[in-house]
Order: sequence, then C-alpha cells, then structure tokens
Amino acid sequence: MRLLHRAALPAVLTSSLLLAGCADKVDADDPRALTVSSSADACEVSKAEVPAGTVSFEVTNTGDAVTEFYVLAQDGLQILGEVENIGRDLSRTLTVQLPQGDYVTACKPGMKGDGIRADFTVSASDEKVEVSADEKKLVDTAVVNYRAYVQDQADQLLTRTEEFARLYTSGKDDEARALYPVARIHWERIEPVAESFGDLDPAMDLREADVEQGDEWTGWHRMEKDLWPARAEGYTPLTQAEREKYAADLVANTKKLDGLVDADDFTFTIDQVANGSTALLEEVAAGKVTGEEEYWSRTDLYDFQANLDGARVAFEGVRPVLDSKDPELAETLDARFTALEQLLAQYRDGDGFVGYDELDTQDVKQLKDGVDALSEPLSTLAAAVLA
Amino acid sequence: MKITRRGLMTGTTGLAAGAVVGAAAGVATERSGDSTGVASYPFRGAHQQGILTPVQDRLHFAAFDVTTTDRAALVRLLQDWTEAAERMVAGGSAGPVGPVEGDDRLPPDDTGEAIGLPASRLTLTFGFGPGLFSDADGEDRFGLADRRPKALRPLPHFASDAIDEARSGGDLCVQACADDPQVAVHAIRNLARIGMGTVAVRWSQLGFGRTSSTSRSQATPRNLFGFKDGTASVKSEERDAIEEFVWVAPGDDPRAEWLAGGSYLAARRINMRIETWDRQSLRTQEELVGRTKSSGAPLSGGDEFDEMDLEMPGRDGPVVPVDSHVAVVHPDNNGGVRMLRRGYNFVDGSDVLGGMDSGLFFVAFVRDPDTHFIPLQSAMAKQDALMEYLKFTGSALFAVPPGVRPGEFVGQALFA
Repeated sequence: MRLLHRAALPAVLTSSLLLAGCADKVDADDPRALTVSSSADACEVSKAEVPAGTVSFEVTNTGDAVTEFYVLAQDGLQILGEVENIGRDLSRTLTVQLPQGDYVTACKPGMKGDGIRADFTVSASDEKVEVSADEKKLVDTAVVNYRAYVQDQADQLLTRTEEFARLYTSGKDDEARALYPVARIHWERIEPVAESFGDLDPAMDLREADVEQGDEWTGWHRMEKDLWPARAEGYTPLTQAEREKYAADLVANTKKLDGLVDADDFTFTIDQVANGSTALLEEVAAGKVTGEEEYWSRTDLYDFQANLDGARVAFEGVRPVLDSKDPELAETLDARFTALEQLLAQYRDGDGFVGYDELDTQDVKQLKDGVDALSEPLSTLAAAVLA
Repeated sequence: MKITRRGLMTGTTGLAAGAVVGAAAGVATERSGDSTGVASYPFRGAHQQGILTPVQDRLHFAAFDVTTTDRAALVRLLQDWTEAAERMVAGGSAGPVGPVEGDDRLPPDDTGEAIGLPASRLTLTFGFGPGLFSDADGEDRFGLADRRPKALRPLPHFASDAIDEARSGGDLCVQACADDPQVAVHAIRNLARIGMGTVAVRWSQLGFGRTSSTSRSQATPRNLFGFKDGTASVKSEERDAIEEFVWVAPGDDPRAEWLAGGSYLAARRINMRIETWDRQSLRTQEELVGRTKSSGAPLSGGDEFDEMDLEMPGRDGPVVPVDSHVAVVHPDNNGGVRMLRRGYNFVDGSDVLGGMDSGLFFVAFVRDPDTHFIPLQSAMAKQDALMEYLKFTGSALFAVPPGVRPGEFVGQALFA
C-alpha cells in the first residue's frame, strides 16, 4: 500500500537549513511578524527591517496567478526560505530564522522569472541566531548516508528476490516460504522510496483486497497466496507457467527499482529523510500491526521489524541535526524507538518472528499503543529538523 | 392528563404545547446552522422526503432482510410503514393509539421515548434492494423479477474495499433523518417493530453532524478530517441539475417505469484512519483534499464556492494536485457527473485496539448508479491519494421509489 506523499519524493532540491513550514499566525504586536501582499505587479512586505530572530511572513496572494515567496541571501541566489503554490486570495506563512544581515525578498507571481524583489534588512538583536557551517555538513552527511542505505537495501532486495524467484519456480516451496519474509525485509525497510516510483508499488506489493474487479493481481502477495493457500477458499494453485510469469515480473520490477535508486539524479533532501522515517511508522500502523499486510503467510512481524529498522536508520541519520535543534525531541524519540523495539523483540523466534496468529488482542493492542506513542512525536521530526 | 407527542390535543394545553414545539424546533435548527425555520416536512408528494429536503443533523439508517415469502404480507408491511411514517414525521406516534393512551393490559403501539419531543424535521425515506426482486440463486421472490431496475444490483468490489457483509446490502432500507437523534432512533425502532415477522433488521448505522448540504441556505459542514465536505454536492435550488442527476425520468428504464420520479441510494460506510491522518502536516492534509482546511477554498484560490482551476500550474504540477480528492472526483474529470450527497459522520466507539471506529457514512442519491456513481467510486479507489486514510467497510445500493401520493403506500406502483 502507498503511504507516502509528495513529502518524500526523491527530487533535487535545495536542502535549506532555514526553511520551515507553516507556523503560528502572524501576531500584530510581534516585531518579527510580517505580512506580505503579493499581487500581479507588487510585492508589499509590511516592514523592510526587523530584529534578528525567528521571522514569520504571512503571505497573501492578491493577484490572479499562483504565487510564491522567497527570502534570499544578499547575493540574491541562495534560498533561505520559500513558500510555494499560493492560490488567489489564499495565505501561507513562512517562518525563517534570520541572523543579522542583508537579504532579498521576492514574490514570484505566476512562478516565473526572477520575481519582484526588494532589499530586506535584519538588524542586531538579543535573540541569538546562528547558522553554523557544521550544520550544513551534518545535513549533507545525513542525505548521503541515507541514499547509500537505500541503494544497499535495493541491491540486497534484488539478490534475495532473484533467489526467491528461483526457488518458487523450481517448486522448492518450503525454501521459498522460508525466504519470503526475509527477502521482503529489504523491501519493507525502504518501502516509502519504492512507493514513490508510481506504478512499481502496485505492481509489486498490492494485496488482494486492493485489486479492483477486472484488474490483474501481480507481485509478492500473489505468490504469497500460492505458497500459503490454507486460508483461501477453493483455491486453484497457479500453474508452472503462471508461477514463472509472476516471478519474472517481480524480478524485472525489482531490477527497475534498483536501477532507479542507483541513478545519479536520485537524491533526497533532509526533510524527505525525516518524513521517510514518519512514513515507515505509518506503514506499521496501517497494515502490519493489524495483520492485514501478510494475510496468507502471517509473517507481518518481519515487516513490522523492517519498517521499524528503516525508520530508525532515517531518524539516526538526521539525529545529529536534531540534537542541535531539539535535543529533547531526540531523547523522546530515542526512548520510544527503544521501547517499541523491545516490545516487538518479545515475539522473536530464532532468526525471525512468530506468526501473527500467535498474538492475542492484548498483544496487538500493546504493540499498537507503542506505535502510536512513537508516531505522534515522530510526526514532528521533519519540522524540528528544518527549524 | 395524558401526555402525547403533539398536535392531537385541544384547547389551551394544545396551544402551549405548540409553542414549546416551535421553540424547541427553533433551538434545534439554530444549532445545526441552517435557516429553514421549519418544524416538519410533508410526507406525501411527487418525490420522497429526505432527498431534497434540507439535511438534518442526525441519522439512523436501517437495512432490512425480508423474511416472509408472502407477497401480500410484504405489501401489508409497506402499507403499515406508510401510515406509521406519515404520523411520525408530523410529530405523532407510530401507532394510531399512542404510547400511553391505550389499554393498559397491552404493550403500547408506540415505544414512548419521543414523548414530549417535537417532530424535529424527521424525514423517512424508503428504498428497495436487489434482493427484493430475486434471491442469491436468482429465484423470483415476489413476482417482481421482471420489474427489477437494470442498475439495481450489488455494487462491485472496488480497489481497497474491506467490506463487512454484516454491514452491507439489504432488501429494504429506511433512512431516518432528524434534528434530534432520539426522534430518528424512535422512528427506526418502531418501524422495525412493526416489521417483525415480515422483515428483520440486517444492519443499521447512526450518524451525526451532516457532512453535506442539500440547500444553499445551509453552511457546509465538516467531516471528521476537519475539512468542509460536500461543497460541490447538487443543491435543491439547482432545478436542472436535480432533473439531470437525481431523479429517474420516465423512459430511463422501460422495465422499471415504476421508478420514474424516484432515485437510487448508494450507501458506503467509510472508516477513516483518524490516528494516522492526525499526524499529517496541515500542508499534506490540504494537498490530499485539494482545498484549504480553513475556508474550504480550492488550492487554486478564491473562496469556498469558487470554481477550481485544475490546470493552474504550481511548482510541481497543478496547484490542485492531480491525485487530490477534489481533482479525482471533480465533474470535469468524470464526464460532468455530479451527485446529491447526504452523508453523516459516525463514531461507533472504539475498535478492539483502542482506535476510533469512525468515519463517514456516505449516502448519495443518483439517477443512474452505472454512470453517476460506480465510475466515480472506481476512479476514487484507484487514483485518490486520500484513499490511504480511508477503509470502505460497508456497501449497499437501493432503488428509491417516487413520492407517495395521497391514498397510496410507499412503492405502490411496483406492486400494481
């Protein structure tokens, strides 16, 4: 299932440290709260000078075309903060931390050209605002490391998927069953990334209930049902030709995925890494903790652990940035990741996990409460990292 | 002195009671944010009530299985239901005697929990399911099979459906809407009781906080995602659109002429993944819906009711995302098709894991489900980004006969 939106689509973007999402509404008494009126031919910023600190711009589009608003460094090139896609009569708030210095503001009605620019001055104040060069380095490291992690997992996924396909098509069902949840670990660890490539996810990971009447069902779960038909009523096993078809299709799609993440233009922004962590936990909440994902094989807890692994890796990646911005949140997340991991560890069985059916409602409730406890603060991670 | 619901008393007591009724109705309508100023709607007319009538705040919807094989018993039930419904929507009791007025050695012919409550704009709307015409084996149950409307059959399985059969289907349905939940519940309870031995309740659904408007006099309400819902629903003031999209016209379906002036009711119980939704950023929520959360304006700009511009370019594709809910179900992307929606929020407590068992009980009235509902639902199931936060758990389709004329019973033309 898809659980990721535009938020974590791989794209080449400026990984601005200073960009932040919408924040509180503008307070008229706050010297750092500004309004911006963006029309077809004007960009009226309510003040041209503010004291250093956290500055918010409530941008209202009074023109007809979609507009956007930027705060740029003095060179007029480096983007320190932006809000996009503001429709007519709508408002969005941009919050940026600005140290003392000279800046440029720009409205871009129609989202084209250089926009309507003006100088903007930030004067000295008691509020200390520093953007260290170290931070930029931390961000770059996090992004590079996460990219490498995704590429490595995709490689391993391909190797294991090819092996699974071999076992499955040669009728070695016991071995295929044993490998199934293990191979899928690599898929589940990077699930939001795989899902961001449009049609790959539905072709590879659709559950039977998600298929519309008349559409063909392919991918992992198609073969899962064939290997574990016990819960199916009047099930007709797939023919050898069908087995080969579905297995070849899965391998081909996995190769495609592996190729896409290895491409030069495949990269992340820091908020995408943070959002990826959030999205993985939502995957757990949506299908794994409820035992819906692996309906036939009952191997949901493998997926649970893999989603959790992936979320933890993404979190640890951005953690150095978070430590400097919001150490308290970092500590909370650390503790709740650990608590959930321990909760899940109770169900380990050898190298893997017990089947989902061995959990009773109380067990599942406990796990679900653990997922909620972690997910709630985790949903603020991206904003905290960007703050 | 005997206490009755209203309207049956004489003299000063009656006047006083009437005044109380008016005041109570005033409170109820004020609370639900509309300006109808009406205490009750007439039961009889060219069309059934509860479709175009301004949406009330509360719902009790019930689907029934017909348990008899006797056509005469079925007809008798519809006659009894018609009489009871006409009394109740006027603020009266279910039976002719009343909750406390009869022989005290007998159970009362009205259950009594609506004593002292006004009509509360109660509307009762009746529908016929596919199973009334032929059973699962294709057997003609009541000699009606050759009059089954062609579009009346169980809805197909849509992508991501997780349908619970125990919350789906039904041979008959009754939609009870009122400003007071107790009045709606009273109506369904008494109709179910009258039907015992002929029909049995298959499933029912309570709803609150109407999630759409059927009139421009009503403000657009919000669903449990916190967004305005039903902005684009067909309004009763749009006479041409009503004829085009809501009422079955003579000649639409030659073998079901009895349905002319009626409609089809599509019901879908949609669980919302509330906890997951609540963790999405405001921006993400707005992009999933395609409107702002504050005013309900399209992301292309303007106010709530401004036309949305699905083409307006934004930074990464249209400013109203192509997979946003409003873009996917917009008439421009669906051959111009619109629906009259009458959904309600529901919260059925919590599930076994402590999550909210809640969402939207979607009800739409359409002229032809094959062109006005199924393609839209299919597009939504496949393309709508919002689907990640939805789980369809109930599904039903009913043919809603035309209005009940003086001297007639509900659906009489079908049995003629």
